[in-house]
Amino acid sequence: MSAPMELAVVGAGPAGMGAAAQAAELGVDVTLLDEQPAPGGQIYRGVDRVLGERPETARVLGEDYRRGASLTAALRRSGARHLADTAVWDLSVRDPDSGALLPAGEGLTLGLLRAGRAEVRRARVVVVASGAMERPVPVPGWTMPGVMSAGGVQTLLKASGLVPGVPTAVVGSGPLVYLVAWQLARAGVSLAAVWVTVPWARRLEAAPAMLAAVGEYGQIAKGLRWRRELRAMGVPLREGVRDVRVVGSERAEGVVGQVGNTEQRVAAGLVVVHEGVIPSIALPRAAGCALHHDALRAAWAPRTDRFGATSVDGVLVAGDAGGVAGALAAEAAGRLAGLEAARRLGRIDAGTRDRLALAPRRALERALRVRPFLDRLFRPRAEVLAPVDEAVVACRCEGVTVATLRRLARAGCAGPNQAKAFSRCGMGPCQGRMCESTVAGVLAAGLRRDVESVGGYRVRAPVKPLTVGELAGLAGLDTPPEIVGGVPIGARRRA
Amino acid sequence: MFQRLDAPSAHVTFDFEGRSIHAAVGDSVAAALLAAGVVDLRRSPVGGEPRGPWCLIGNCFECLVEIDGVPSRQACMTLARDGMRVRRQRGAAGARA
Repeated sequence: MSAPMELAVVGAGPAGMGAAAQAAELGVDVTLLDEQPAPGGQIYRGVDRVLGERPETARVLGEDYRRGASLTAALRRSGARHLADTAVWDLSVRDPDSGALLPAGEGLTLGLLRAGRAEVRRARVVVVASGAMERPVPVPGWTMPGVMSAGGVQTLLKASGLVPGVPTAVVGSGPLVYLVAWQLARAGVSLAAVWVTVPWARRLEAAPAMLAAVGEYGQIAKGLRWRRELRAMGVPLREGVRDVRVVGSERAEGVVGQVGNTEQRVAAGLVVVHEGVIPSIALPRAAGCALHHDALRAAWAPRTDRFGATSVDGVLVAGDAGGVAGALAAEAAGRLAGLEAARRLGRIDAGTRDRLALAPRRALERALRVRPFLDRLFRPRAEVLAPVDEAVVACRCEGVTVATLRRLARAGCAGPNQAKAFSRCGMGPCQGRMCESTVAGVLAAGLRRDVESVGGYRVRAPVKPLTVGELAGLAGLDTPPEIVGGVPIGARRRA
Repeated sequence: MFQRLDAPSAHVTFDFEGRSIHAAVGDSVAAALLAAGVVDLRRSPVGGEPRGPWCLIGNCFECLVEIDGVPSRQACMTLARDGMRVRRQRGAAGARA
């Protein structure tokens, strides 16, 4: 095994870039590990290339996206080592050879995949900045080609400068629905419908939380501006839409929903769906970090202190992976985790850490002021977490329907892990990422319990599928040609 | 299905089931195929119905394709390269025709 890393930061979004730059500025030897070819994360994906080479894409993405360039510049100046195209498939407190628990303070073990080769590296301190993923959107028809997540459409825009060339429907809840629709409209995409699924009653629920956003109304004003400009551009924006389903045979052909008192049907070659984002926590889970379930946001997140330290010694979490709060909060939380990492590694004392933490702490608190309002306004509806239509596919990989999960709940199935054993839900290549919230939601509703007590899937390494060929590198073996690209581990299925 | 906002500075060309796909340098295989109008990339090994890219960030595993004879590669996480041979994935991961 190669020499241990002093600080490993996983993920080069705003939190990871903030943590890496902050720690490196204080003299820590930082290795920033990221799956993408260039820093930025999902929010600022491809920012340097877009601003440098793609003026029309940059215009369509808007002003907020440009902020990413200041973060990539700070990262480069800091001297942190950036390992691009590197996936992390394990974070563990165990010795990779003996399997024994590493003594506290002895560091962590990371499983990496670079250039088709798996390797195992030690790190003294790890900051997990793995960001967020979109909540699954289990509506009828959502498995058809031509249905994509709003984040996926943004990824195509940021990474490749691509926008839909067919009439498009954007459907769902959350700030991203308005933002993506606004960006596509500015790019001249034909928007057949923008259907916001936030129930009208949510506005009343959220209104009192506007008080907490004092001084930060700019965030809310921005959302209202997107909405106003969509209408001004003639986009058919409807709000309070219910019972949405995607229609088509072999691929998406449109959407049907309750708009006001009438059922409307709109033809669209691409249906973009979104119901908010939730933390990506496979690595903290693999490491055994204590989690909590946030009932308002309907999502699991690691328990952390004010600097992002988890229950596992040496593992810190920063940014949306620790609770979704957006890019500005993530940047500040990354700085705080970087300071704490530098303290643990002996570069600064607690007093210096606290003094340097004042500015990012203030930025974080400001960025968080608008969250109570947004979290209440865009709180997921019951039917997003537990669909009422029994034919809806909950687990896309294994084709497990809501009907099957309800039957399991009636039989007294205790939780997602037991449901997995009975139905194969969560056993496909996505390892439960696309079904966990639905499986837990349907079981909780059926058992009349809350999601916290029903629990989530146990996570084991590798948290991303590896092939036998990739793993062969671990033992220092040359890859045996007959198993190159064999069945991915974690994706094994019945023949 | 998708179209480009800016003219790409450089191209790569790969083969998709006998068809030449011209992609921009930096495109993922999934992005290049979507730009070329290909939206269904595999069939579900369980139900047999078509599937296509959903998340584009490596979480959903709906865009699994065969690349240069290797099955179950994530099209959204693999950069398009000159001379690649890409095919739709049919049936179970790892099953060979």
